[in-house]
Formats: sequence, C-alpha cells, structure tokens
Amino acid sequence: MPTADRQPGAEILLRALRDQGVEVIFGYPGGAVLPIYDAIFNQNSIRHILVRQEGGAVHAAEGYARSTGKVGVVLVTSGPGATNAVTGLADALMDSIPVVCLTGQVPTHLIGNDAFQEADTTGITRPATKHNYLVKRPEDLARVVHEAFYVARTGRPGPVVIDLPKDILINPAPYAEAAKTHTSYRPRTDPDPAQIRKAVALLKAAKRPVIYAGGGVINSGPHASETLRSLIAATGFPVTNTLMGLGSCPASDPRFLGMLGMHGTYEANLAMHGCDVMLAVGARFDDRVTGRLNAFSQGSRKIHIDIDTSSINKNVPVEVPIVADAGKALDALLAAWKADSTPVDTTALTAWWRQIDIWREKNCLAFHQDMTPGAIIKPQYAIQRLFEMTRNLGKDVFITTEVGQHQMWAAQYFHFDRPNHWMTSGGLGTMGYGLPAAMGVQVAHPDAMVIDIAGEASILMNIQEMGTLAQYRLPVKVFILNNEYMGMVRQWQELLHGGRYSESYSAALPDFVKLAESFHAKGLRATSIEQLDAVILEMLTSDIAVVADIAVDQKENCFPMIPSGAAHNEMILGTEVEGDAAAVSDQGFALV
Amino acid sequence: MSGYQDNTTRTATISVLVENEAGILARVIGLFTGRGYNIDSLTVAPVEADGALSRINLVTSGTAMVIAQIKAQLDRLVQVHRVSDLTEEGPHIAREMALVKVIATGEKRVESLRIAETFRARVVDTTTGSFVFEITGTSDKLDAFIDLMRDLGLSEVSRTGIAALARGARTISSLHSEH
Ligand SMILES: Cc1cc2nc3c(=O)[nH]c(=O)nc-3n(C[C@H](O)[C@H](O)[C@H](O)COP(=O)(O)OP(=O)(O)OC[C@H]3O[C@@H](n4cnc5c(N)ncnc54)[C@H](O)[C@@H]3O)c2cc1C
Ligand SMILES: Cc1ncc(C[n+]2csc(CCOP(=O)(O)OP(=O)(O)O)c2C)c(N)n1
Ligand SMILES: [Mg+2]
Repeated sequence: MPTADRQPGAEILLRALRDQGVEVIFGYPGGAVLPIYDAIFNQNSIRHILVRQEGGAVHAAEGYARSTGKVGVVLVTSGPGATNAVTGLADALMDSIPVVCLTGQVPTHLIGNDAFQEADTTGITRPATKHNYLVKRPEDLARVVHEAFYVARTGRPGPVVIDLPKDILINPAPYAEAAKTHTSYRPRTDPDPAQIRKAVALLKAAKRPVIYAGGGVINSGPHASETLRSLIAATGFPVTNTLMGLGSCPASDPRFLGMLGMHGTYEANLAMHGCDVMLAVGARFDDRVTGRLNAFSQGSRKIHIDIDTSSINKNVPVEVPIVADAGKALDALLAAWKADSTPVDTTALTAWWRQIDIWREKNCLAFHQDMTPGAIIKPQYAIQRLFEMTRNLGKDVFITTEVGQHQMWAAQYFHFDRPNHWMTSGGLGTMGYGLPAAMGVQVAHPDAMVIDIAGEASILMNIQEMGTLAQYRLPVKVFILNNEYMGMVRQWQELLHGGRYSESYSAALPDFVKLAESFHAKGLRATSIEQLDAVILEMLTSDIAVVADIAVDQKENCFPMIPSGAAHNEMILGTEVEGDAAAVSDQGFALV
Repeated sequence: MSGYQDNTTRTATISVLVENEAGILARVIGLFTGRGYNIDSLTVAPVEADGALSRINLVTSGTAMVIAQIKAQLDRLVQVHRVSDLTEEGPHIAREMALVKVIATGEKRVESLRIAETFRARVVDTTTGSFVFEITGTSDKLDAFIDLMRDLGLSEVSRTGIAALARGARTISSLHSEH
C-alpha cells in the first residue's frame, strides 16, 4: 500500500522527472510501461507526445535537446520498443546530445527467461549510450533517475538508458532528492591556467592562425558562442566551423570562412592546411574534417580545448591540450589575451588575410541557375532562396536535415548566425533524423519556423511521423530536394565507381503532395524555376504542416569535395569553379 | 606532443578503481573490443570491506597515443573512480598466480618436481600419476615455468591474470590519472 513516503514506482518516476524539470516526453506505449502511462494519465504537468515509431521518439528528443539545451526524454516499452530506439541512441552518442531514455522491461523475476517482449536492453544499448542502468530495487529508482539526468547533461553530454522492470514500476518505492555530487563522475570543467597561458603565448606569436570550432561550443551553451564571438573580435583571427559547430560563429561575420572538411569551403580547408597555429575548440578532428591524417595541417602548432580527455590526441597530436568546458576555457583565454600586452604580428596577419582573400576569390560555392521559365531548379539555389525568404519572417528559424547531398547543401547555403538553430545528424549520419528532430524542435518552440531540409530517400525513413505532426498540430515544414536519387550515393558512384549507379535510384516514389494530404498536411510541388518562390512563400505562410516537393537537378554533385583519403589541398571543385581536380588514391577508395 | 609521433609500442599495466556495480566489467571489456585495443590480462575483484569498490588490473599494449586513449576512455566511464598507469607512474609490482597440472611418471615426474622446487612452486595436489603446482610470480616467470613443463607432461594450466600495486607508499587513490 502506498504510504506518505512510499508510492508506486511509476509515481516516483514521474516525481523525479518533474524535479528534473522535465516538461515533455516523447514516447510510445506497450505492456511493460503501462504503469507509467497510468501515472501520466493522472497528471498534467508533463506532456506526452505520442510518436509513430520509437526511433522517431529519440530523434525528436534530440531535436528538443539541441534546440533548448535541456535533456530530451524518451519513453518506450520493452523488447521491440527498446530495440527500435537503438539507432537514435547511437546517433545521440555520436553527436553528444543529452537524452534520457526510459525503457520498459519484463518483471525482475522473469529477466533472463526469454519472457514475452524481453530483450537484453542494457546489453544491447551499452555501446550506444554514455551510460545505462537496470533498476533492480525499488529503493534505487529515484536515485537512478536523478543520476541519469546528471550523467546525460554533464561533461560531454550523451544518451542514458534507464531500464525499468515492470514490478519496479508497480511496487511501492521511497522517494529521494537528487544528490548534490556524484561519487565517481565529476568531469573537469575549469581550464588549467598554465595551459591557458601557453595557449595565449602561441596565439600572440601566430603568423597564420585559424580557429576551428565545433559542436562542443554548442554543447557548452549559448555563452560559449558569445565568448567565441568576442575572441574573434579581439583577435581578428579567421574562424571555421565543423558541421556540428555551425552557428557558434555567425555566418555573417567577415572572419568566418565557412564550414571545413570533406564538403567545406576552399578557403576554410586551405587555411587549416596552411596555418601555423590552430585553436581547436569543442571539435574532435573527425575524419570528415581532417582528410588524410598524415597530410593534415602538418605545419601547425595546435591548441585543443575539449571537455573529454579522450577527444584530445585521439586522431591528431596536439601541443597544448586544455581539458575544460568550452565556455569556461574561452572566457579564460579571452581574459588572458586581453591582459597580455604582447603585440601581435600585424604584418604577418595582414599577409595571411590577403592569402585567405585570394582563396575566397575562387568562389568555391558558385553555381549557375538558369532563370528561364521551365528551367530545372538547382538544389543550391533552392536552399539559397529558402534562406533568403526566411530572413524577414519575424520568426525564429530552425533547420533540421536528413542525410545526403541536401544536408551538405543546407550546411553550405543556409547561413546560421546563432547557435542551437541547426540540427543535423553528423557523426552517425542517420537518414530519417530530420523529420522527427524537427518535430521535437517545434514542440519546444511552438511559434518558430521549423524546416526539415530533406532528400526524397531519407524522408521515407521516418515518414510515419507526419501522423504525429497532424495529431499535435505541429506546423513543421518538410522541404524535399527531390533528385530522384540517393544523391550522395550516386555522387560517390559517379566519382569513385565508374558511374555504376547500383541501387541508388529512388524508384516508385510516392506522390508527396497526396502523401502530405493524406496526413492532413499541405502538399506543394515545384518542378521548374518559375514555381520555386511561390511554393516557398506558400510553405512559409501556411500555419499547418507542409511537404514541399522540389524537383531539382538529378545530376548535381556536391562540391567542393575532398575525396576520402585525400588531403585538404586536394579538393575537387565544382564545374563553375576553376580548379585542379584531385585523383582518388587506392587507399582512399577503401575509406567511407 | 613529440611522444605521440612515436610509433613504438609499449606494454602498460593499468589499474582502475571502479564502483562495484553490474555492467562495469562489460563496459570495460566492450571498450577494448569495440575500439580494437589489445588486452593481455584482466583481473577484477572487490577491494573494499563494504564491497563498494572493485579494482580492475589490466595489461595492454600500444603506442603512446593508443595507451593515452585507453586511459582517457577508461577514465570517462561513469563508474570509474581512478585510472592509474602503473608502468608509467613509477616502479610497481605485478604478480600472477597459476595452477599447472602435469601428468607424468618416472623420470619426467621427478624432473618436474625438481624444476618446481627451483621456481618455488608448491605442490597443491598430487596423485601417483599427476601433480598440480601452484606458482606465483611475474608473468614472465610463469611463462618460463610453463614452458619448461611442456616436455614433462604439462596437461592443463589455469592462470589468474595479474594483480599489481605501486611500490612504496603511493596508492591508487594518491596517484593522479593524468589528463
Ligand atoms: C554526409 C556527411 C558529410 C559530412 N561532411 C562533413 C564536412 O564536410 N565537414 C564537417 O565538419 N563535418 C562533416 N560531417 C560531420 C562529421 O561526420 C562529424 O559529425 C563532425 O565533423 C563532428 O563535428 P565536431 O568535430 O564539431 O564534433 P562533435 O561531434 O560535435 O563533438 C563535440 C566535441 O566537443 C566536445 N565537447 C562536448 N561538450 C563540450 C563542452 N561543453 N566543452 C568543450 N568541449 C565539449 C566533445 O567531447 C567532442 O570532442 C559529415 C556528416 C555526414 C553525414
Ligand atoms: C539509415 C541510413 N542508411 C543508409 C545511409 C547511407 N546514405 C547516405 S546518404 C544516402 C542517400 C540519401 O538520399 P536522399 O535522402 O535522397 O538525399 P540526397 O543525397 O539525394 O540529397 C544514403 C543511402 C545512411 N546515411 N543512413
Ligand atoms: Mg535524393
């Protein structure tokens, strides 16, 4: 019997969630979690969003988390509910997104018996989570929930699973407040002042500096991006962002070189290649960024700020490691920079900027759009127009993407001036991320303009979430760059596999307009250039969910491109750009 | 850092103090298999009176960069209290125990006993046709002993994997896992 200080586990769970500030749960019911659904039924403070597939719930929680800085919460049943969530968990792990995922489990006495809908959830999710728990005793429940939130959001954020056997949800359990400290997990956030001094000395003496800022700056919170801006202003140094770091430096800042890496700009990659001092902050030297490691920025002395020691010296050896929160380290760096009166080498820096301007003149993102009525729409142009037409909406604009060429074009042609407005699956590259992520963003920001820039192949991977949009009247816009190909796959086949387009054609596509309508949304289509603006305008002014099917050039490739295994100075440029094409090496051929 | 450009590999004996909870061993082993690190020896047992903490001792090998990665990866596990690279942090003692069964008669049996004495191995079980020796020492010493027994009727070996401590007054709690 519940007493004053003991309540059924499901009630204890909800109380702990409330105490953690949870406002929304993305979930899907099933036998093992029915006690939690009962508890949800009886209260109003936590909103439950019923998704259409558990994978969608995790991506929605990711979108919610990335756009708010809060922990995203997921609730799924045992067995298939939990296994459906695994891709989302792996995605959140790779991109350092704080998520707590509650999974139902068979009662403790049946664990290990191959009971109905039993899966070894902690076993399956161990390598896909930052941490996971199986609650075996009622008295552990509240503590574990609090701890899970602490672990998810502290240090390098990530997904945490709490596996909840059904008897734990039913039996009475005591409540416990969140502990003040954790016994073993206490990540270091304050930078070592000696390392800051070393970093400033290197930066002051730099002749060809570059700042390489990544997703960790976003993870740290908006303050880190603000300090980054101040540091850029104070130093005048050029900055580049990773795919995950976009928005940390305003794209409109004249010192911003654009994204770097495989599909980064000519100037960003050559600046990385030729710099003499590199300040990496909250970035993990991913292979999409470095290209061939033994050719990566060989002449530079490197400073690396990261909250996770294991990100430092993992792929690239650095001279000044700084284990700290990006915001705190940037604060310290900025203060030390200002306090140090050593003059910078103005002559060298001017020459460096002159060099960068020469690279910029290459205009590596140039493309040609034929404006004659009837002309085919270039995907780059579609995104450029989308960007321009969202400028004066008077609304906060959030962009999510699926995975493929459209994702890269979005990164290149949609410009972000603020953090937390760009959500994309970078590390895992999960097709089907964008629609549910947009749903999560829209739940958190009901009045904002939330657009999923999609490919026609990716969108089908979680298209069922259109139902969720309808149920909760979430006016998400799905902007499909429909090239009738798995374009990114087609591009690799063209460039690396002799044009053998094996299984990369998007055959038997649905009619996206009718599909939208059948999900109670608006369907729009543009098939040639003169229709584009009208479709975008109608999409942006609709107050319900919209699917805009934009037929784009099927043969367009995404450039610049550093082929796998090539160096930063071996970029393939687009046909509109003059350049020296790089050949793909045999070793590169084997890479992904 | 110049050390990281060095491609020579070394062996590292690493001790890890962990919360004694379900799943921690799986996480440690999963880390090694998932990331392709070598694991030459691994032992684990509770080391505090209340059983709250366990000590994992492991022997691995790799370049300086890989070993630094291994330590950093271990250190960021939620249930890990401390990681100590005994090989790097100063002199340490590492010991292992083995039970070695030798089935032989006649001259070979006598010879095995003689060698056991030189190695200070104890006979912990005996029948007219077999011995089980218990031997403690460094892994090298155990290897040498087992090698010698090969021609003398070696039939089964069970090894514990190493236990290791820093020499002198230093303890894992006073040692700092490097950042
Ligand atoms: C088709 C495709 C193409 C791609 N092409 C490119 C490309 O051209 N260019 C590109 O950049 N990426 C590209 N990516 C993405 C790429 O795979 C990686 O996801 C991305 O480069 C990683 O970004 P990041 O280094 O900023 O690290 P993240 O994955 O964002 O990791 C964040 C880092 O910051 C640290 N951190 C977290 N929190 C904090 C904190 N509070 N303080 C300090 N540090 C913190 C973490 O420990 C981690 O090291 C592509 C992806 C796909 C799917
Ligand atoms: C779940 C998943 N499966 C496969 C892939 C491999 N993949 C990467 S991009 C891509 C094609 C995406 O096609 P589309 O959504 O049409 O985008 P486009 O490249 O045409 O813009 C595929 C299959 C992936 N990233 N994710
Ligand atoms: Mg496509």
